[in-house]
Parts: sequence; structure tokens; C-alpha cells
Amino acid sequence: MTDRAAAAAAVAATAVDAYPRIVAALIRITGDWGLAEDCAQEALARALDRWPVEGVPANPGGWLMTVARNRVLDVLRRASVERRKLRELAVLALTAATAEPAGEEVVDDRLRLIFTCCHPALAIQDRVALTLRTICAVPTVEIARAFLVSESAMTRRLTRAKTRIADAGIPYRVPSGPALRERLPGVLAVLYLLFTRGYDADGEPAFADEAIRLARLLVRLMPEQPEASALLALFLLQHSRRAARRDADGNLVPLDRQNRSDWDHAAIAEGVRLVAGLPEQGPYAWQARIAACHATAASAEQTDWRRIADCYDQMFRLQPTPVVALNRAVAHGYAYGPAAGLSLLAEAREGGGLDGYPLALAVEADLVARQGDRDRAAALFRAAAERVHGDAERRALLDRARSG
Amino acid sequence: MKYMMLVCTDPEPDSEPQNHPDVEVWVAENDAAGRRLQGAQLAPASAATTVRVRGGQLLVSDGPFAEVKEMIVGFDLLECADLDEAIEVARAHPMAWAGRIELRPFADLDQ
Repeated sequence: MTDRAAAAAAVAATAVDAYPRIVAALIRITGDWGLAEDCAQEALARALDRWPVEGVPANPGGWLMTVARNRVLDVLRRASVERRKLRELAVLALTAATAEPAGEEVVDDRLRLIFTCCHPALAIQDRVALTLRTICAVPTVEIARAFLVSESAMTRRLTRAKTRIADAGIPYRVPSGPALRERLPGVLAVLYLLFTRGYDADGEPAFADEAIRLARLLVRLMPEQPEASALLALFLLQHSRRAARRDADGNLVPLDRQNRSDWDHAAIAEGVRLVAGLPEQGPYAWQARIAACHATAASAEQTDWRRIADCYDQMFRLQPTPVVALNRAVAHGYAYGPAAGLSLLAEAREGGGLDGYPLALAVEADLVARQGDRDRAAALFRAAAERVHGDAERRALLDRARSG
Repeated sequence: MKYMMLVCTDPEPDSEPQNHPDVEVWVAENDAAGRRLQGAQLAPASAATTVRVRGGQLLVSDGPFAEVKEMIVGFDLLECADLDEAIEVARAHPMAWAGRIELRPFADLDQ
């Protein structure tokens, strides 16, 4: 590796942990999101410039923090008189702040940032985009690609969201007591959406890694919240299959045909350990248990479908949504035969919530195929393929329509 | 921060009126805490008058300026530390249950 490449790698490795801490601390002190992000970005750019020449400093995170903080001071000292009051307050706080704030303060800053980015008064898509940009430091152009909008549209959206935080008076704080119980599910939902965007066949794989990293951070910072642990377990168990989900041509490989030796067994072991420590309740806890059943089965045939069907029954009690009902029908179909699955599928469809949902057609196709009606199954698989969005999913469904 | 709390009706209210909080208690608590600066119930929309000036000409018409299902029936002016506090105040108002509440911060003209 050249010095430049080695320095770039060191900057990247430091930034993963240091960037959100720097942004969070600067927002706390200045209350200005744009300024905090710009100065943190400039510190990274300065490191890329200087580290190849001067060598990587002994405390790279502290170096970045100092550079970013001095940059904020520069900007504020040159700021117009109208902002004098903010300037004076911030300069005072920044001068007093140590380059590397101690224990509790660091923890609080990052949590504060997560809870503010995931505030329910922001639109859900804005929460995901802000989290990616501010906490994970994902470049705006990559977020734009995942949201299927132009970079300038995403820049505008992020600016609007940050303006809204200031204008609406969204606090920069971790809620406490009963408010924390109300708000945590919203934060976990943003991480879940982030993970899904990374895990979907046509998604940005890096987002799944970011979601796992954030879930780990939450678990470390809030060890007393079992749903955060459950979410991390769920991510690890699902993500363990990433290398086995596609064949050499990029086609999706269904779970029962995946090569289980390609699964990430270290991730599975960690997920299973987390699941073992979970208390009974909580929707993510049930999802994680189901994922653990799949991940620990020696083969598709040896999957404990009765246990999975039980878990879905419990989950359906907590979350009686059409999609949970659909998955419950699948599990019962494998545990107790296709007729049981079709009867629950009919129940799940009653409210109309699954109308036009391609996965419901695919599930019906699979159940019908297992009852021996191949023609009807093929027609249903084709109908599902017509409605599905991603190319990889469409190919997988058409493949099923042909092979029966 | 100052928030204008617009109290509105809603076509789909909460279905358990026996659980709704008492407005007198709400007013007393928030007045005592200094969070409610003032507030009032408004006469029905049928008493509203809309005023416009176009090309220097006064146009006066009856009724509210827009046909909406969610009508403003009252307001309270709040002084709160931030949005989370304003949300806590709003959720304790009976019309958050029987109708809906919109929180509008005052524009910050110092920026």
C-alpha cells in the first residue's frame, strides 16, 4: 500500500466511529447542523491531505475533533454580527471543551443525534436520509441513488429536514422515562427500514452494514432495552445469508436451495446468543427467534417449522398486520401441510390488505404447487412476477413458474 | 419557544370518550405552569368572515376561507422549551382525542 492509500484507509477507519461523535458534539455546542457537518467533513478532507505526509497521528479521533472544532471557531469568529450571541456562546463552549470529551458525554451525544434524526415529527423517509447522512456519513449522492432521486433533490430534502428540526423546535435530546418507551420503537423502525433498504435485492448493500453498526451502538448505549438487542440479533441472522443469496449470475437463490456452508456462522452464533438472552415479549424478539430457527437448521428439511409457526402466532397477537398474517400462513403451510397454509392465507386476505401484493400470490402459488396443481401454480407465479418491482425477484418467480 | 396550538375537529375521533381528559384541568394546569399564555374557543365557522383586497378593492365574503373537514374551533398560545414539551401539552388536551391539534411554532425572525 502507498502512504496515500494507507492514510486514506486510516481516515476511513477512524471516521466510522469519530464522525458521528464529532458532528454530535458540534451540534450540541453550536445548535447548527449544517455548520457541524461542514466542519466535520473538512476535518476528514484535511486528514486525507496531511496524514500521508505527516503520518497518522497517535490519537486520530482526537486529531479530527480538534481540527473540526478549530474550523467551527474560525467560521464563527468571522460570522456576521447578527449571529453574535450564538457565536459568543459557542466560542465559550468550544474553548472550554476538551478535544476528546470523556465517557458519558460521548455516549449522550451520539444517542442524542440518533433520537433527533429519528424524531416522529420528521417524515419517515427524511428520518432515514438524515440518519444515513448525519450519523453514518454516507455521501448524499449514494443516498439519492437509493431513494431514486437526483443528488440535488436529496440535498434539498436534507436541508429542509435540518431546517425543520430548528424551526419546529425538535429538541436535541434523548427522551427519558415513559417518553423513551414511546420513542424507542420509532428509532428501531428507522434502523429496520435502513437495513431493509440494504438487504432488498436491488438495494444498497452498504446500508445493511450501517444498520448493523447503529444497532450495535444502540445495544451498547442502552443495554437495558431488549428490543434493541432483538433488532441487532435479527439483522445479524438475516445478514448471515448475504453470500448465499445470489448465484454466479446474480439471480436470487431461495432459502431452501442456499448452500448453508456459505452462511456467516460467526454472525449466526452471535445472533443466537443474543436471542437466548431475550425476554418473551416484543415484536422484534419474535422475528429474531424465527430467524434463529432458520439459521440453525442443518438443512431446509430439518427446519423446525412448528416452532416457527408458534412464533408467528405470538407475533400476530402483537402485530395483527396483513404481512405478518401472510408469513404466518407460510409457516403453518410448512408445519401442518399446504391446506392449513391456504386456509390461513384466505383469512389473511379477508381485510383486503394483501390485494395486489405480489408476495401473497407467490405464497399461494407455492402452497398450490405443493398440493400438486402445477398449472394453477405456474399461472400464479407468473401473475406475481408481473407485479413485483425488482428484476432479481422477477427472474426468481418466472423461474419457479417454469420449474413448478 | 412560542407555539400557536390550533384546535381542530376531525372526522375520525377517538372512539372512547370516557377516557378523554378534562379541559378545565388542562387549562388550570398549563396556566399555573406558565405554559399557556392565552387561548379561546371560537364561534362556529358559520360566523366567520373572509376579507381580501384585490387591486385595491375590498372583498368581503361570509364563511371560512376554505372548505375543510378539519375546522379550527379554538386556539391556545403556548410557551414551551421545545417541540417535545409542546407535544406533551397537546396530547393532554381533550381535543387531541376528540379532534386534532396542530402545533405551529412562531417564525424565528432573528435568524
